[in-house]
Amino acid sequence: MSEYNPNVPPKKKPFSLQLDVAKFEPATDEEKAQQDVMRESTTFFRDGMRKLFRNPLAVGSMIVLIVILVTIIIAPLIVPYSYSNMITVNGKRDKSAKNLPPFTYSKLEQQAIDNGEKIFPHIFGTDELCRDYFIRVIYGARVSLAVGFFASLIVLFIGLLYGSIAGYAGGKTDLVMMRIVDIIYSLPDTLMVILLSVVLDQLLGQRLQNTVLASIGPNMLSMFAVFGLLYWVGMARLVRGQILTIKNNEYVLAARAMGAKRSRIIRKHILPNCMGVIIISTALQIPSAIFTESFLSFIGLGVQAPMPSLGSLANSARAALQAYPYKMVFPAVGICLIVLSFNLLGDGLRDAFDPKLRK
Amino acid sequence: MDITERKRKERQLIVHTVVSLAIFAAGWLFLPILTEKILLGVVLVLIAGALYFSNNTGRYVCKRVLLALLTVFIISAITFFAMNAIPGGPFSKEKAPSAAVQAVLEERFHLNEPVGKQFILYLEGLMQGNFGVSTKTGREISTTIFDSFSISAQLGGYAALLAVVLGVLFGSIAALNRAKAADRIIIFFTTLFVAVPSFIMATLLLLVFCLQLNWFPIFSADNQSYVLPVVALMLSPMSYITRLTKTSMLDVLGQDYIRTARAKGVSQWLVIFKHALRNALIPVITYVGPMTAYILTGSMVVESVFTTGGLGTKFVQGITNRDYPMIMGTTIFLATLMVTATLLSDLVYKLVDPRIDFD
Amino acid sequence: MSEMPLLQVKNLHTSFFTDAGEVKAVNGISYNLDAGKVLGIVGESGSGKSVSAYSIMRILTDTGRVTGGEVLFKGENILNYTPQQMQKFRGSRISIIFQDPMTCLNPTFSIGSQLREAIRIHTDRNKEQIQARAVEMLQLVGVNEPERRLRQYPHELSGGMRQRVMIAMALACEPDILIADEPTTALDVTIQAQILELMQSLQKKLGMAIIMITHDLGVIADMCDEIIVMYGGKVCERGTADEIFYNPRHEYTKGLIRSIPRISEKHEKLVPIAGSPVDLLNLPKGCAFAARCDHAMKICLEQPPEEIRVNDFHIAACWNNVRRMMEDGQLEVKDGEEV
Repeated sequence: MSEYNPNVPPKKKPFSLQLDVAKFEPATDEEKAQQDVMRESTTFFRDGMRKLFRNPLAVGSMIVLIVILVTIIIAPLIVPYSYSNMITVNGKRDKSAKNLPPFTYSKLEQQAIDNGEKIFPHIFGTDELCRDYFIRVIYGARVSLAVGFFASLIVLFIGLLYGSIAGYAGGKTDLVMMRIVDIIYSLPDTLMVILLSVVLDQLLGQRLQNTVLASIGPNMLSMFAVFGLLYWVGMARLVRGQILTIKNNEYVLAARAMGAKRSRIIRKHILPNCMGVIIISTALQIPSAIFTESFLSFIGLGVQAPMPSLGSLANSARAALQAYPYKMVFPAVGICLIVLSFNLLGDGLRDAFDPKLRK
Repeated sequence: MDITERKRKERQLIVHTVVSLAIFAAGWLFLPILTEKILLGVVLVLIAGALYFSNNTGRYVCKRVLLALLTVFIISAITFFAMNAIPGGPFSKEKAPSAAVQAVLEERFHLNEPVGKQFILYLEGLMQGNFGVSTKTGREISTTIFDSFSISAQLGGYAALLAVVLGVLFGSIAALNRAKAADRIIIFFTTLFVAVPSFIMATLLLLVFCLQLNWFPIFSADNQSYVLPVVALMLSPMSYITRLTKTSMLDVLGQDYIRTARAKGVSQWLVIFKHALRNALIPVITYVGPMTAYILTGSMVVESVFTTGGLGTKFVQGITNRDYPMIMGTTIFLATLMVTATLLSDLVYKLVDPRIDFD
Repeated sequence: MSEMPLLQVKNLHTSFFTDAGEVKAVNGISYNLDAGKVLGIVGESGSGKSVSAYSIMRILTDTGRVTGGEVLFKGENILNYTPQQMQKFRGSRISIIFQDPMTCLNPTFSIGSQLREAIRIHTDRNKEQIQARAVEMLQLVGVNEPERRLRQYPHELSGGMRQRVMIAMALACEPDILIADEPTTALDVTIQAQILELMQSLQKKLGMAIIMITHDLGVIADMCDEIIVMYGGKVCERGTADEIFYNPRHEYTKGLIRSIPRISEKHEKLVPIAGSPVDLLNLPKGCAFAARCDHAMKICLEQPPEEIRVNDFHIAACWNNVRRMMEDGQLEVKDGEEV
């Protein structure tokens, strides 16, 4: 062996320091412990929430959604107009209130104001049937959000049930169940929605009259039916995948070895661990349902008139696009804002709670 | 491969060939109503079955093609029976616009036959490119479809091409400039575009660039400017691809094999465009199927807004007019296109990514 | 000093700039490597051993940056190289193989295409010559049926095979130095021995220098000429393999040696090192190991120890050595006196 050549000198001469003999006594454990800087420990949930609230986009979209929600709940209580009926002045139907620009009054209303009456302003103006446009947009947003929400719930319910059965049962059951999912998955969803809407519209249209469901309209029902029939497969796949991964984890094995019941394992171990992914996916399902609804409204398969939705409002605004472009702007901005907020919130939730993205 | 396994495979091959030939013969004898095209289809399936045994790739391709054929069949069945269920639907004798159409319908759909037979006859017609006759115009639907589809195909083709090229480009730029200005600008706009439904995008483009700025003429027979419809169709899938490419590019750039390539002395440029992009594009390939579906359905609304006279326009007209044979024909035609696109993108995906286990 | 060493690392500092703050992964390490020698770098996860190697190759991730020091290859500071110069340098003068052969080969290119690329970049051979060289390299690292293997994709090969391919790729351009970053950690024990043997025989055959990075002292015991023990991004101790094994002068090294299982001494308990690795985000002001050290003194918590020469073959950075020297009377210190 060649002579060790220490030709890399230590950066300083070793003892050009002030040395204190007293310091060469053994250090106590407490002194050592001070050195061991511990990072604060947090739970998965709290850590995720902290991350979520640190994400300005997610917080912003949450605020936007809350503002929208509060508005659509409170506004109909304040605004004295109805979404379906003509504006009336002193009990008389006001036919002069057609296509008013925002914050203007019709001749009749102007007269009433001159007489000292108070008339609530038309914040977004009025439409071609002399209805207050603001309240229609508000109801449109209600309908769109409700559609998105219920469609997502349907998807969540069926998908969760189907996926967890397939995932937990495994084996042949799983194989057969997933083959069915594969086939449904390969059907083009939008086309099927259109087709079923056309059919159900004709089939249900007559029978629904004078029932509670009439105001929702056959098109909305058919959309829910389609979501129930087709859209759940994505969720089912997701849930099954999650369960398969978790099922094979050691802690589930340990629970089983200790004699835990199946139901307990599902409740205590599997569901809590795949909840995050499922919630994120449900949150992202809402804008997709709102998209589908607005698309159907556009091709004339939307909610039953006079019930408005943001999609149908935007669609009817197209007819007089050049004359009244603002009528397009309000529902369009509404849809984009809602969809954008849900997308950003979903992204934020994913960044905060998806364990796979954790560094 | 050891000898016993080879023997087993050989035996399997013989058994399956015999079974296939038996099915073929049975089809020949008992199903005389099948046309040459169905027979051709059966032959294709048999060839596929034969390939089944040679290697994994062939086997996967066959399975996938069979699944696609099955999907098209299921879609046709759903379409036919759903339409058949409508009272006053395309097949009722009471509600035909004219005696001539009535006669053609009678002949075409063999309305006196049982439903099952009608379906087989309808399928047979489909195989020969016979989609029936419009109840509205009395024209052959196949002619309408093939005439109008050339416009839609051009629009959709440009949109798909631009979406992929620009999406991959912007996605790569965003990934390589992570957290810099270019990344933020790209992500801002793509997040925005994803949240705008295509009909609103189309309407806004029409309003701003056609009606207000007069940059582009309104679409007409002699004034076929594709720019605005293509842009309206393209923005959303492009944004999606951008985000997809960015995510997968960042993922790939963090992989060990990229470090290996750099350590070998591969230039930065080659690392990105050879080693990283090839892997980063795999998710984009899988998106081509859904993108085709998105563009085809999107073209319904975009074409209606710009009144291009393409297939989308005709479909929406068919829905508005409750022209059932037209809806059926178009649905099946579009669905077949979508299924084919998904099939192709799946196959390319498996070929590009050698890791995929073909079982 | 007879000749200039092949590689000189002087006071190297590397940090990662993350959202949480500056992670100081390497905090001033220095060593030399002579041509044809084997240097072992030992330390646990997060001790900065891999990062120091990536700093030399300049293949740190985006957030990582060399914040100080020099890396001299044959007297030239390669940290000053332009990206183009660095490209030519990597793979031809210094090569590296990584820990996990499962993920280090590009899954979408065949073995051959990746091996040929490594050869093509640094030589001007024609296609046939490159192919021949690729086959030759695979034979050299003991891969059977090289022609067929070249057409295969990484997922079709076993872990050991892939690591052999990585070695072939690294050695294809006859580099002066091969950095092996935990080359056997991800492999089965039986394969580990094969790969180590292969590396040893290749080193004898080709005569390149090797920097062997590992967390397992046992792995490199009889392979290395010199060993560096790292902790918290600093050198604890460096010296010849014999010195490190039989005369360890740093508490951390002693801990590492105690934690190697031995067959010879019966009934001896394996002693793990208590505590967890130092947090590189908040480095303590004293010795990084002090919190886990059984012999920590007050000074250890306050002042970082300097590297002190124990003998001609051995340097250690531990205050206990100073204490020992004071006790032995080699060093007389009075209170507060400057030495």
